[in-house]
Amino acid sequence: MKWLRNLDSLVAVLTLLPSVILLAIFVYGFIGQTIQTSLTNWGKDPAQALAINPVLQFVGLENYKELFSGFIHGRFRQDLVNNLFFTVFFVGGCLLVGLSLAIILDRGPKGEGFFRTVFLFPMSLSFIVTGTIWRWMLQPAGGVNQLPAAVGLPEGHFAWLTSRQQVLQFDWNHLPLFTAWLIGLILLWIGISALRNAQARRGWIAVGSAALLIGWAIFIGPRVQLLPFPEIHGFNLAFIGIIIAAIWQMSGYTMALYLAGLRGVPEELREAARVDGASEVQLYRHIIFPMLAPITLSAMIILGHISLKIFDLIWAMTGVDNAPTEVPALLMYVTTFRSNKIADGAAIATILLLLVALVIVPYLYSQLKSEVRR
Amino acid sequence: MIWRAVQYAILALATLFFLLPVYLVIVTALKEPAAITLESTWQLPKVWYWESFAQAWNAFLPKLQNSFFLTIMGTLLSAMLGSVNGYVLSKWKFPGANIIFPLMLFGMFIPYQAVLIPLFQFIREIGLGGSLWGLILVHVVYGLPITTLIFRNYYAEIPDELVEASRIDGAGFWGIYRNVIFPLSIPGFVVVIIWQFTQIWNEFLFAVTLVSSPANQPITVALAQLAGGEAVKWNLPMAGALLAALPTLLVYVFLGRYFIRGLLAGSVKG
Repeated sequence: MKWLRNLDSLVAVLTLLPSVILLAIFVYGFIGQTIQTSLTNWGKDPAQALAINPVLQFVGLENYKELFSGFIHGRFRQDLVNNLFFTVFFVGGCLLVGLSLAIILDRGPKGEGFFRTVFLFPMSLSFIVTGTIWRWMLQPAGGVNQLPAAVGLPEGHFAWLTSRQQVLQFDWNHLPLFTAWLIGLILLWIGISALRNAQARRGWIAVGSAALLIGWAIFIGPRVQLLPFPEIHGFNLAFIGIIIAAIWQMSGYTMALYLAGLRGVPEELREAARVDGASEVQLYRHIIFPMLAPITLSAMIILGHISLKIFDLIWAMTGVDNAPTEVPALLMYVTTFRSNKIADGAAIATILLLLVALVIVPYLYSQLKSEVRR
Repeated sequence: MIWRAVQYAILALATLFFLLPVYLVIVTALKEPAAITLESTWQLPKVWYWESFAQAWNAFLPKLQNSFFLTIMGTLLSAMLGSVNGYVLSKWKFPGANIIFPLMLFGMFIPYQAVLIPLFQFIREIGLGGSLWGLILVHVVYGLPITTLIFRNYYAEIPDELVEASRIDGAGFWGIYRNVIFPLSIPGFVVVIIWQFTQIWNEFLFAVTLVSSPANQPITVALAQLAGGEAVKWNLPMAGALLAALPTLLVYVFLGRYFIRGLLAGSVKG
């Protein structure tokens, strides 16, 4: 019996093995190869890029250095900025729309099932379909711009997908400075709230790191120059339409998450709060919203990693080669498969992977840790 | 009372926001090409013109067939593998499983750009470059994390006592799977199949990179190329978008409950 059990365990492991090997190659092996490629000069010379057996030279981190501070790679840096702004507005928009709709639906209006179906259906569509539809909706002289005309108002003139205007501009050279301030202040906040909760060690570590970062930002940061010249980046207004389309597609997801969360708030808790004289606003602010915080975090991470990877929606809405509405995921494709600059493409892909991993790894870690504890 | 009115007003506005694009697609697809102008985007067609659907159907039928073949094969294979994997990971816990599982899951979240260059070469080297089978292989492999996750969580609900009882009756690894686990798996399979069907049908990056020949293109690639062309009148992309959307939309409308369950499982714990 004991032996049989062991034999079965062996069969079990052997059954899992092919999948594990496949994923080991296709995920980790290929990531390793991409990183390796990003450290070479593959594609710097057009002839070598298309050769069957290219002779590659190891160039170390040269490609990365070029991307972040080279003269010709301003497009990559703007794409990175685009993606960061896109992420902030898209995630914020989805959370806001999703939460509002969930709160309203949770209060049990008539036809709740119908509304839920309507708000969620875009989730089942391909980003290509959504992009195609919204591209037509956002034609400069038609679609949404014509809507006011339908009720007798003058038509709109916003250049949805074609605008070249930038707002919220900043100099790329100040990026480390802003980052240090932002992370420093967040750490300070974490540290102070930890100290208030009497978590001395955690609190002092956070406060210490915050002090270091803010100190750097005050004394050294202003003098850091990534580039020998000022380079202005900002939020391209042409993205507004893409963000609206993305919110149209994905806010149903946050609604579903929040609705599940709201349904999990026990009725007795609401009743108890009302008996204690809490108004509806107070009930939400002090009792329900804090309970939804973990869901908000999950949604932020899932949506955030989707938005860092956004590719097909932009392809379908503004095409593959429209620089003002480009993001690194698209630039990687163009660089690799259109311009054959394979090492540069690999470097962009690696940066993208790092950004996503920064979001996903802590999330997976905490999710699985709490699962084990359960 | 006022709150109620506000509530319904917001719902009405939101419904408008979510359904206006649908209205526009249908109206545009049903207009004569000559009647599609920017000024009259929102007007109903004066003449109902069904020809666009026939045209789109003819143009897209081979691509739809490609998509169906790709999606069905990819879905079934990855669902079967996921089921077995989930069974191992939930009922045959072995040392190291707690390390392997998160490493598998990470594959679900990576930006596929990070594997695209070696993948492209690999598929070409094994002779599947440009073919649908290469794409099927890719969808099966990168579908493994999510299908394994869903089945693992689903099988965790099946009591271990059932497995134990079956073992005492003399069933081995596969016997338990066949007699106990698999017959209880139908709802798990429904969730996984719906999820994978939607994902593979809607996928674009792999399709556009790995399938170069137009004859093997899935519908998403064909639609993206059509809509990108400037000379094309909008009735055709709109009719095409409807065709491309219909299969997953029908799945959602008729099996929405399972669709949402897959959606929530995608956020790991669900």
